[in-house]
Amino acid sequence: MSGTIIPVTMPKFGLAMTEGKLASWSVKPGETVKAGQELADIETSKITNGYESPAEGILRRHVAEAGEMLPVGALIGVLADDAASDDDIDAFIKKFRDEFSSGEESEAGSAEPQRRVIEAGDLKLSVLESGVDHDGVPVLLIHGFGGDLTNWILNQPALAEKRKVIAFDLPGHGESTKEVGDGSPVTFAATIGKLIEALALNRVHVVGHSLGGAIALELAALKGDAVASLTLIDPAGLGQDINMAFIGGFIEADRRKTLEPVIGYLVHDKSLVTRAMVENIIRFKRLDGVVKGLKTIAQTCFHDGKQAFGLRPVLEAFRGPVQVLWGEDDEILSVSGADGLPESVTVIRYPGTGHMPQLEKASEVNKAVSAFLDKAEAK
Amino acid sequence: MSKKSFRQAINEALRQEMRRDPRVILMGEDVAGGRGGTSGVKDAWGGVLGVTKGLLTEFGEDRVLDTPISEASYIGAAAGAAATGLRPVAELMFVDFVGCCLDQIMNQAAKFRYMFGGKARTPLVIRAMYGAGFNAAAQHSQALYPLFTHIPGLKVVVPSSPYEAKGLLIEAIRDDDPVIFLENKVMYDDEEDVPDDPYTIPFGEANLTREGDDVTIVAFGRMVKFANEAADRLAKDGISCTVIDPRTTSPLDTGTILDCVTDTGRLVIVDESSPRCNLATDVAALVAEEAFDALKAPIRRVCPPHTPVPFATVLENLYVPSVEKIEAAVRAVASYRVKEEA
Amino acid sequence: MQIARDILLSSYRSMRTIREFEERLHVEFATGEIPGFVHLYCGEEASGVGVCSHLTEKDTIASTHRGHGHCIAKGVGVDGMMAEIYGRQTGVCRGKGGSMHIADLSLGMLGANGIVGGGPPLICGAALSHKILKDGAVAIAFYGDGASNEGSTLESLNLATVWNIPAVFVVEDNGYGEATGSSYACAGNQKDRAAGFGMPYFECDGNDFFAVYQAAGEAISHARNGNGPAMLHVHLARWYGHFEGDAMTYRADNEVAKLRAEHDCLVNFRKRVTEAGLLDASALNDLDTAVKSEIDAAVAAAKAAPLPDEADLLKDVYVSY
Repeated sequence: MSGTIIPVTMPKFGLAMTEGKLASWSVKPGETVKAGQELADIETSKITNGYESPAEGILRRHVAEAGEMLPVGALIGVLADDAASDDDIDAFIKKFRDEFSSGEESEAGSAEPQRRVIEAGDLKLSVLESGVDHDGVPVLLIHGFGGDLTNWILNQPALAEKRKVIAFDLPGHGESTKEVGDGSPVTFAATIGKLIEALALNRVHVVGHSLGGAIALELAALKGDAVASLTLIDPAGLGQDINMAFIGGFIEADRRKTLEPVIGYLVHDKSLVTRAMVENIIRFKRLDGVVKGLKTIAQTCFHDGKQAFGLRPVLEAFRGPVQVLWGEDDEILSVSGADGLPESVTVIRYPGTGHMPQLEKASEVNKAVSAFLDKAEAK
Repeated sequence: MSKKSFRQAINEALRQEMRRDPRVILMGEDVAGGRGGTSGVKDAWGGVLGVTKGLLTEFGEDRVLDTPISEASYIGAAAGAAATGLRPVAELMFVDFVGCCLDQIMNQAAKFRYMFGGKARTPLVIRAMYGAGFNAAAQHSQALYPLFTHIPGLKVVVPSSPYEAKGLLIEAIRDDDPVIFLENKVMYDDEEDVPDDPYTIPFGEANLTREGDDVTIVAFGRMVKFANEAADRLAKDGISCTVIDPRTTSPLDTGTILDCVTDTGRLVIVDESSPRCNLATDVAALVAEEAFDALKAPIRRVCPPHTPVPFATVLENLYVPSVEKIEAAVRAVASYRVKEEA
Repeated sequence: MQIARDILLSSYRSMRTIREFEERLHVEFATGEIPGFVHLYCGEEASGVGVCSHLTEKDTIASTHRGHGHCIAKGVGVDGMMAEIYGRQTGVCRGKGGSMHIADLSLGMLGANGIVGGGPPLICGAALSHKILKDGAVAIAFYGDGASNEGSTLESLNLATVWNIPAVFVVEDNGYGEATGSSYACAGNQKDRAAGFGMPYFECDGNDFFAVYQAAGEAISHARNGNGPAMLHVHLARWYGHFEGDAMTYRADNEVAKLRAEHDCLVNFRKRVTEAGLLDASALNDLDTAVKSEIDAAVAAAKAAPLPDEADLLKDVYVSY
């Protein structure tokens, strides 16, 4: 690639992202990087995420400085090898900038997947669909306690490259109705059954995270024929313990100072907990009915400080393929939940990873899920 | 979640609360407008700047009450209705008109609970526009929140953005005390993401819109926006600021202010109200009394001059604290060094 | 007009209670034990009682700085009132309101009011509550001839008609606003003011309970039946000064003596009911005795009651803060 100049641009994490802040550079100008090596930390209104180098080369320039807020696609750095002269680099930067600013308008108008509201029984669920509607089986993403569909922002676009992917807010969460019924996984699963019908889907690959994992299992028990495969990420229902400091703290803490350490339980790398992330959760909890709903769920699912359901029998009875992904340093649901599962279940444990591998190890999780789904469909 | 203007956020808060609770009623001069006109058009204005538009259609004339231009009677009526079972939201249009009904607010609504020995509840909200920047001159532009903050028994809210306005107004309507809710009229078209669901933001909890190490800026209402802009500019020069939006001037989140000043050691206060006995002096006194040892530089206040609000644009622009003035004040305190003894 | 015996008895008892309460305060105030200042309702009893005899606890009244009579007529207990006036913790306002702020919202008593003209706007609001909540109740603003000149009162007359709310404006015209005669301070007349705001006007002699009862009944019915506000103009006289300690140098020497001798509403009442054979003098005497001991007990209890403590200073500014 002698002389090739590669732009490093503001990435797009998640469908709603229109701009991001270059939080910090991980690599200095002049340093050589490998493809996939972390170049910088990018902060969005939802999360902070490492940005991996698109190619091997020398990081020749920091075009953007730490702290700068830039639109998606804007040039933040330049990769090249020694063969490119400084003049070449300057010319490249100028050309890129000219083209980028002229192209900005048209891109802003391009069609983005939009949330829509689907009525599932009495409830209104906020749903975000993406990806091309092939003949293949779509993927349904179920988030966990206190989460919402944006928990999948680093996964949904990647999975949607080959499949239709549906993320939604559980009742009591995000922008869905704040009514949670008895707050049990069975009740949530029944609602999802109605959602699947409302979306006119025959079968779905189900990916469930945390409490969403338990809900996925209950869905498999309830509508086994509709579930093509199960991917369970740090799921509830396979072990007994639950970090009640997280559950209780999530419900009770109402200021940034008190909530931030609680959110810290979710990840191994605590620097991922940003102001914006905490602020979004505070804003969510201010919505009418949210705290009441969370309390109901906690009371039903985690009373006495234990998980109120054991779903291993459901997993064992499920006839489709199952994959379990778990962060080894999960501080909320211990990775021991992945022990002793049937041999047919694919288990991947991620070292140095907390309760949210889909965030902390996004690209690895995306690869694992894609490969698993490919394999499931090949059968 | 969708982008909503400050005006829409307030309208939505009123609409959702009126749907939730039939005791919530609206009253004020031209909150609908058009009654008694010759065209027969109802909801002609929906408030002088259109904030309450459409509420008459949904809730009818029993709950959206146009009043005569008669502030003493209807603000007093709102207090009386609040004490007898309704939850009125009375609009005073321009806060400057409080001159016509201060008794009903200061001597009646604010005092009931205390002077009746804790037996009264007065769940009253008075909404009013404040602020300069509209060429509305001396009688339609004042930032009178210090006046209300001074009166025990009142709560005073000065929202700084559409998101803040909706959550704080719903909180105000559900609150059992009299609340003065002041809207900066220059901000009505400001937009940001605002949840569609109803939500509340508690009173007395400041919001940190920026967090930094060098200087704490306390700003109120529209000045929060200016302070954020100044902080972003200063960040490029390596001066990092904490910006505090107290949200409510009564109750005031003194704890957060003191914590932040203790961290940064430097304080700038931005207040659009007249400089004598305003919130800036109040916060300065608080910090001087409670965090004197933390201070590394004198406190600076960025306020208008002690004049009525002028009419001409050029004068009005000079009157309102600007981003530039905030920036200059922050630079001054950031670079301040204690003089060595000779 | 026929008035039921129990109403006659309870009305007499209320008037006597007010008289006894106020006369006793006049005496006790002179001892210096009562803090602040008090405005006595002596001589005006028939007005407050004649109006309130038509009301229940659901109806709302707003009173004035001269509010003891309205409070008693609306059912506020004399023990709590006396303790309040003595600034005691057991007072109806825990010693934090005093004579001018006695209120009991549970009885529809929206407060005496230290601000002249403070009540009428509040009553517009209370009447609006009654209208919107459809509870069939009315709201009554008592105010004096002095307050009849306040902008807030005049605005309220207008607003009440505009909103067509069940409000009754009771002008207790005792001829003086503080030390200035209403003949000087009130332009035009109350009747034309009512007409100017498009509401019916009723007028009566405030020394005659029966006249007040009759006129108030008509005004209140008008409002209660959804016909909008009404004005009731009660002509009466105060026997004491604007406040206790007022030497009343603005009044002719014999003015009050003549009032007491010729226009005592209690004497008028007794004469009328006994002559007509409606009530026995002995029954009324029994009430007089009972009331006297009730007031004695209230004073004794108030004097013995605890003072507010330091914690009371900070309590009840807000429901929550």
